[in-house]
Amino acid sequence: MDRIKDFFSTFLLWELLKGMALTGRYMFAPKITIQFPEERTPMSPRFRGLHALRRYPNGEERCIACKLCETICPALAITIDLAEREDGSRRTTRYDIDLTKCIFCGMCEESCPVDAIVETRIFDYHGETRSDLIYTKEKLLAVGDKYEEQIAKDRAADAKYR
Amino acid sequence: MFETVVLTLQGFLGPVWPLVYSMAKIVAIVAPLMLGVAYLTYAERKIIGYMQVRIGPNRVGPKGWLQPIADALKLMTKEIIVPSGANKGLFILGPILAIAPALAAWAVIPFSPELVLANIDASLLYIMGITSMGVYGIVLAGWASNSKYAFLGGMRAAAQIVSYEIAMGFALVGVLMAAQSLNLVQIVKGQEGGFLNWYWLPLFPLFIVYLIASVAETNRAPFDVVEGESEIVGFHVEYSGMAFAVFFLAEYANMILVATLTSLMFLGGWLPPIEAAPFTWVPGFFWLIAKVCFVLFLFLWFRATFPRYRYDQIMRLGWKVFIPVTLVWILVVGAMMQTPYGYLFH
Repeated sequence: MDRIKDFFSTFLLWELLKGMALTGRYMFAPKITIQFPEERTPMSPRFRGLHALRRYPNGEERCIACKLCETICPALAITIDLAEREDGSRRTTRYDIDLTKCIFCGMCEESCPVDAIVETRIFDYHGETRSDLIYTKEKLLAVGDKYEEQIAKDRAADAKYR
Repeated sequence: MFETVVLTLQGFLGPVWPLVYSMAKIVAIVAPLMLGVAYLTYAERKIIGYMQVRIGPNRVGPKGWLQPIADALKLMTKEIIVPSGANKGLFILGPILAIAPALAAWAVIPFSPELVLANIDASLLYIMGITSMGVYGIVLAGWASNSKYAFLGGMRAAAQIVSYEIAMGFALVGVLMAAQSLNLVQIVKGQEGGFLNWYWLPLFPLFIVYLIASVAETNRAPFDVVEGESEIVGFHVEYSGMAFAVFFLAEYANMILVATLTSLMFLGGWLPPIEAAPFTWVPGFFWLIAKVCFVLFLFLWFRATFPRYRYDQIMRLGWKVFIPVTLVWILVVGAMMQTPYGYLFH
């Protein structure tokens, strides 16, 4: 009996019609597409995008050139050179992140004892040559200066889980 | 008005006139067809997008209306790469052979009782013959590419199209039994008197078989193993630029062609659904367009709904389901015509 029922539901295309009814219904369903440049999806404060180097409110850069980020970076994307500054503090002379190598794991941010290197919410950046994607200390500090407000807010929102 | 223009031009051009006139008629059919093809791709992307809860192309021009134009320009500016191992002559001939029948078949399609380029007696036979030619382009493209994937695609195309041609042919036999004519104009005229008199009702199984077989004939989803993007890419895997685009033009021109044929043979062509006042005011041409659009929408709906058939399932459906069904229904029609109820099948 089941076989007869199966035969008729297949032969009379009943199952196919049911499938078409489903897709037909979805044709009138509200569309969920996000129109990207105009609309954006909600984002977590923990989002790991483009890197930035932060400063203290008095303008002093946070990074103390401890090289923990360089050491922990699994993709070997960070290169740091350092020297003693005139006032005797330890500072970087070079802080490069090669974004073509970076895997955006966030380990540099985790390892940083002074919250200097952070990952921001920016993900729609681009470079026209490969060298554009090697971010130097100046570029990273510039990103940090520009977005400090958002960066500080995201750190504060996540502080109690750290 | 039209007559005077024709006569003036005839006097002016003299012996070249027949050539010019023929060319003009060809352009008058092919140009709107190509525009239809372009916007069919747009409709396809939009409708399938909507069924998948997306919104489809909407960036080029208002609501994405210029998307097909942008696609055409992109394809035209791309290089046609001929693989070094390919047979160059046949490689170029493939797309030409694929599109030529898709366009040539339009010569006998009637758009209204008067509006037909060549009103020949055996136009149904001509259509059957010319559409069967399309597979040669595909097989040739698969063969000449000298690539195993293209070759597999070509072989699949040959097997599939040949199998479904039989079922399709039998479905048409039913139509010509009902219409008692091979002329498409006569076939449509035989369906006069409202949508209950159209042949889809007395020939319902043949209508369904023809509809599904025509999907298979045009290598559309769910019968698109010929292309089978996920496994073999298809007979056109080695083609690029405009040579590739010509295959696409052929596929979509064929879709419009089989949709038109379905409308002419089963859905009453240019006849209005009810032979009464508000429906008869609309010119027949628009009824035909509306029916063609309906059938094309079904094709897109199928593609949005069904997963691809497995190769052996396609063969089983063609040989073990469609051919017996059509044969039985031809027998039924033939037998019923000998009884007093024969008028139901005319």
